[in-house]
Amino acid sequence: MLDSIIFYFFAGIAVLSALLMITRRNAIHSAVFLTTALLATAGIFLQLHAEFLFIVQIILYVGGIMVMFIFVIMLVRLDVALPRLRSRLRQWSAILVALAVFLEAGIILYLARRIPGEGLLVPSPAPAAKLPPNTEDLANSLFHAYLLPFEIASVLLLVAMIGAVVMGKNRSDTK
Amino acid sequence: MNPALHSVLAFLQGWWVELLCAFLIVALVPLIAGYIVLVERKLMADMQARLGPMRVGPHGLLQPIADALKLLIKEDIIPAEADKLVFWFAPVLSMTAALTALGAVAFGPWFHVARDINIGLLFVVGISALGPFGIVLGGWASNNHYSIIGALRSTAQLISYETTAGFALVSGFLLSGTLRVGAIVEQQRADHAWYAFLAPVGFITYLIASIAETNRAPFDLPEAESELVAGYMTEYSGFRWALYFLGEYANMIVVASVGTTLFLGGWLRPFPSVDWLGWLDALPALLLAAVGVYCLIRAGKQPAQVQKLFMWAVAFACFGVALIFALAAPLAMAPLHIIYPGLYGAFWFLVKVSAYIYVFMWLRFTLPRFRFDQLMRLGWHILIPLALVNILGVGIALALISGLGWNRWLAIAITTTATVIAGLLLIRWNDRHAVAASLAAEASPVEDSYAG
Amino acid sequence: MMSIDHYLVLSLALLLIGAIGVITRRNVIIVLMSIELILNAVNINLVAFSRYYGEVAGQVFALFIIADAAAEAAVGLGIMIAFFRNRETVLANEMDLLKW
Repeated sequence: MLDSIIFYFFAGIAVLSALLMITRRNAIHSAVFLTTALLATAGIFLQLHAEFLFIVQIILYVGGIMVMFIFVIMLVRLDVALPRLRSRLRQWSAILVALAVFLEAGIILYLARRIPGEGLLVPSPAPAAKLPPNTEDLANSLFHAYLLPFEIASVLLLVAMIGAVVMGKNRSDTK
Repeated sequence: MNPALHSVLAFLQGWWVELLCAFLIVALVPLIAGYIVLVERKLMADMQARLGPMRVGPHGLLQPIADALKLLIKEDIIPAEADKLVFWFAPVLSMTAALTALGAVAFGPWFHVARDINIGLLFVVGISALGPFGIVLGGWASNNHYSIIGALRSTAQLISYETTAGFALVSGFLLSGTLRVGAIVEQQRADHAWYAFLAPVGFITYLIASIAETNRAPFDLPEAESELVAGYMTEYSGFRWALYFLGEYANMIVVASVGTTLFLGGWLRPFPSVDWLGWLDALPALLLAAVGVYCLIRAGKQPAQVQKLFMWAVAFACFGVALIFALAAPLAMAPLHIIYPGLYGAFWFLVKVSAYIYVFMWLRFTLPRFRFDQLMRLGWHILIPLALVNILGVGIALALISGLGWNRWLAIAITTTATVIAGLLLIRWNDRHAVAASLAAEASPVEDSYAG
Repeated sequence: MMSIDHYLVLSLALLLIGAIGVITRRNVIIVLMSIELILNAVNINLVAFSRYYGEVAGQVFALFIIADAAAEAAVGLGIMIAFFRNRETVLANEMDLLKW
C-alpha cells in the first residue's frame, strides 16, 4: 500500500513535469521541468529497488546532462522567448494520435487482465528482503556477462567526447 | 482510505527514529553551520593577530544568532526583471541538496539517518552533485551579467572538480570493496590502516578537489568580493543569501564527512586494531577534562564577572561530558557500558571532521586566490591525469597483494612512487603542449592600438 | 502489491508526451530534451520488467541507455552550438539549406 502511494506520488510528478516541459516558451523553464521529471524517474527507480540506477540517474542525467543543457541554453542565449508561430494542424494531430495510442494500450492491458490465461504472464516480484544487494549484482552482471557491451560503451563515450570537443572548437583554432 | 492510513502509520512506527534524525539534521545543521562561520571568523582573527567577534554574547558566542536574526528581518528584494519562480527555487535547491546528502552519512556506528543503504557513500556524492544546479539557476534568475558569469564559472568549476573527486574516491572504493558506509569503516579496522595511508595520492587529490568542490579559497574566484561583486549571489539578500551561504557550509560538512569516512577511518580511534594502544580509548575523557581545567584556569583571569561565570559554566560542562565518557568506558558500570561504541565513535568522527574543516579554513587564510583559468588547468590538466594514474596504481597494488602475495606496505609504497612519477610525467607531457600553445599565442605580434 | 501495468502505463505516458514534444516544438533544444524524456520512459519500462522477472539484465541495459543518452546529448548540443554560430537560429523550420 505504501508502495502505491510512493509510486503515484513520483508518477504524478513525472507526468506533470513532462507536460509542463513541452509547453513552456522559455527554454530554461523547460530544462527545470525536465530536471524534476528526471528526479521523479529516479524516484521510480528507487521504488523498484534499483538503487544503483537511482544514483546513476541523479549523477549522470540530472547532475551532468541537464547542467550541460542549461549551459548551452545560457551560452547560446536561447532563454529569450521566441515568437509563436504554431501549426495548429500539427499540434492537434500529434495530440490526437498520442491519445489514441494511449487509449489503445490501456484497453489492451485492461482486457488482458479480465481474460484468464491471456495477457502479460508476469510472475509476481520477489519480496524486497530477498533481493541480492543491488550494486554487487549489477557489477557482477556488468563485468562477467556483459563485458563486451561495457567496453563498447566506453569506446562510444570516448568517441562522443572527441566529437563534442571537435564540434565546439572555433574554426580559427584548427588552422 | 483505511489501508492507506494503516500503511502510513506502520511506516511511521517502524521508521520514527530515522525520521527524528532527519528532522534533527534539518533543524540543527543550519545552526551548526552558523557556528562554523563563527569558528572561522575566530580562527581568521587568531591567524591575523586580532580577536574576532567579541561583543555579542560572551566571547562573541551569540554572533551567529544575531546574524541569523538580522538576515531574517531584512527586506526581501527581488530584481525587477528576475524570473520569480526560479529565483525563489534556486537557493532552496542548493540547501536541500546539501542536507539530503547528510542523510546517508554515518556520524558513528549508531547515528545515521538512512539504514545502511546499499549505495552508501555514492548516494552522498551523487546528491551533492545537485548543488551546482541551484547555483546556475540562481545566477540565471538574477538577470544580472555578473551573476550569470559568476554562476557559469562556479558551475564549471564544481562539475570539473566533481569528476576529480569521483576519481579520487574510486581509489578508496577499490581498497574497501564496498560502497556501504558501515562496511567501509569496518574494512579499515580489518585492514589495520586508514585508507589515507594506503592511498595517499587519492587522499591528497580528494582534499584538493573537495576544497574546490565547496567554492572555498583558494578556489573561490566565482564568489570573491573583489572579482564579480558576489558572483551568483549578487542579487540575493536577506534570508535567501543565508540559505546559499548555509548550503555552502553544510556542503563543507558533507565533503569532510565523506573524506573522513573513506580516508580517515570514520569513527575508529587512531590505531583501532593495535591492542597495546587501547589506552587511547581513555583519550576523549582526558581531553575534555583538560579543556575543563584550562577553562577553570582562564576563569581566574577574566576581567568581568559575567565572563568569569561563563568560563566556570563551560568548565563544568566539559567536566560533565568527560564524566559521561569516562563512565561509558569499558571498565565502568554495566548500564552505561552499552552506549560506549556510539558515543566514542561519534566523538572520534567529529574530531576528524573538525580537523578536516580546520585544514579548509587554514588554507583559506593562507593561500592567495587562483585565477579561473589556472583553476581549470589545475583540475583538468593536473589532478585528473594524476587521479586516473592513481586508480591504475591502486589496482596494480591490489593485484600484487592478493594475486602475487606481496607484503602490503611494500606493494603500496612501490605503486605510490610509480603513480607519482607517472603522474608527473603525464602532467609534464600534457602541460607542455598547453604551455607551448599559449607561448606561441603570446609570441605572435598582436595589434595593440593603445600601445605607444 | 502493484502490478506491472502501472509502470507500463507510466512509461507509455512519458514516451507519448516526449513524442508530442519532438513533433510539435520548433526549438531544437526542446526537441533534444524531449528525446531525453523518451529515453527515460524506456528506462522505466526496462527496470520495471527487471524487477518483476528478477533479472538484473534490465538494469544493465538501462545503465547503457543512460550512458548512450549522455553521449548523444553531448554531440547533439555540440552540433547545435556549431549550427547556431553559423546561422544564428535554433528553430527547426529555419534549418532549410537542403531545400530545393
